[in-house]
Amino acid sequence: MYIAGVDVGSTQSKGLIMDDERRILGRSLLDTGANVVKAAERAFALALEDARLDPGDIAYIVGTGYGRYKVTFGHAQISEISCHARGAKLIFPDTRMVLDIGGQDSKAIKVGAEGEVLDFSMNDKCAAGTGRFLVMAASYLDVPLEKIGELSLQAKKPVNITTTCTVFVESEIMSHLARGKKAEDILRGMHSAIASRSISLMSRVGIEEKVTFTGGVTKNIGMVRALEEGLEMTLNVGSESHYMGAIGAALFALERATVLVV
Amino acid sequence: MIITAGIDVGAFTTKVIILDGDEKIRAKTLARTGGDLARASEEVYTQTLEQAGLGRKQVDYIVSTGFGRYLVPFRDIQVTDITSHARGILHYFPHTRSVLDIGAQSTRAFKIEPNGRVKTFRLNDKCAAGAGAFLVRVAHYLEVPLEEMGPLSLQYQEPQTISSVCAVLAETEIINHISAGVRLEDILKGAMTAIADQSIVLLRRVGVEQEVALSGGASKNIGVVKALEERLGQRINCSSNGNEGSLFAGAMGAAILGQIRLPKLHKKL
Repeated sequence: MYIAGVDVGSTQSKGLIMDDERRILGRSLLDTGANVVKAAERAFALALEDARLDPGDIAYIVGTGYGRYKVTFGHAQISEISCHARGAKLIFPDTRMVLDIGGQDSKAIKVGAEGEVLDFSMNDKCAAGTGRFLVMAASYLDVPLEKIGELSLQAKKPVNITTTCTVFVESEIMSHLARGKKAEDILRGMHSAIASRSISLMSRVGIEEKVTFTGGVTKNIGMVRALEEGLEMTLNVGSESHYMGAIGAALFALERATVLVV
Repeated sequence: MIITAGIDVGAFTTKVIILDGDEKIRAKTLARTGGDLARASEEVYTQTLEQAGLGRKQVDYIVSTGFGRYLVPFRDIQVTDITSHARGILHYFPHTRSVLDIGAQSTRAFKIEPNGRVKTFRLNDKCAAGAGAFLVRVAHYLEVPLEEMGPLSLQYQEPQTISSVCAVLAETEIINHISAGVRLEDILKGAMTAIADQSIVLLRRVGVEQEVALSGGASKNIGVVKALEERLGQRINCSSNGNEGSLFAGAMGAAILGQIRLPKLHKKL
């Protein structure tokens, strides 16, 4: 039996195909863009292609993420908080907490022994502390987004970024540049700023021993290091981290499909 | 007769007023501040002097205010934005007791006494929500010239809600509205209501009095003025056209404070 999870995020959509042994057979990643329904359809179609399967092979589809109700072909919709917790538990069984930094929000989730959600706190009101802050930093500094993490690790004299607001931080960056500060030193400051906002989000539910980092920002090595430095611990993070919501959605799909078969 | 100058160096625009002892405006100028604050004040001041037909030595006292008040090299003294705005607003709208000042990078609400003293104030300069920067972003997302967004927003049919408080996160919401085929005017109306609601939160913290005035760059935007009046359920003192009190309140207040202070200084000497 095959099942699918489709995670439609504010910035990127992820599709994932799994079999009933919980093996990942195919996955996809694309920008959500303005047409959310189409993004969901494409994420599913590309994941199917990657798994070399047809839509008819899929027993159950769960949609998750900010655009989960736009997964019109899905059998059920489940919140991304539940999905990230469940996905993280499968990939990293020692997970006790999930930090999910997405394109437009961030969440700290306390996870139980079975991958259930015990508590969570969330910021979706303000771009500070989300992937958007990094996107803006990259554009203000004119550095490609995929390079900012690496570059931030080359900082020798990190600057202290005091502005919270993603709009106002532009002037702070400009004044650092005007004073001859290096891009890497400014970037390190930006990464540390997000790390400390994320850590305070985590403290609201209580920081646990083993933290799994999920969401699009996991691809940024500078962010991983800044968080590890701030938390003084090693994070669970890997190539699946970006797909954690879709993995969790597929696990829920498996659960539901199994109930249906029985 | 004493002649004073008030120079209000804002994050976005610099305003200068030259005032004589009869509270008569000799000249006034408004120009973009740009990146070099010291140069901006120098240029706008020189321009205003020329307009007034005055030489530098004929101005007795120069008072600076605004975000860049410490960067006016030729000032005699500086006063805070709130102090100057309170004085200036009372000059233009004498019965005002609550003031909302929406600038490019900050929003302030304050309550004033009949003599122009500031009773209490609240400031937001941490977040672009509720400040002019929010409008600048919205104009950019919608590709509408800043000065046209106010009038356009008044042509709404079914206003859309912009639920994002954050000026950055509002972009996604606006893009979704556009792709859903929502009319530009209806999105703009939503943006005006959003900024009005954000700044009213600040205003309520100091208290909404019978006469409320709006100052700062956002006062030029008729859409913001209307949205504020709708959400407050009362008219507000604002010169979105006609006299320019709402824009020049800071510079005017600074010039008036100069008129008051200079004679006191002479007495001491």
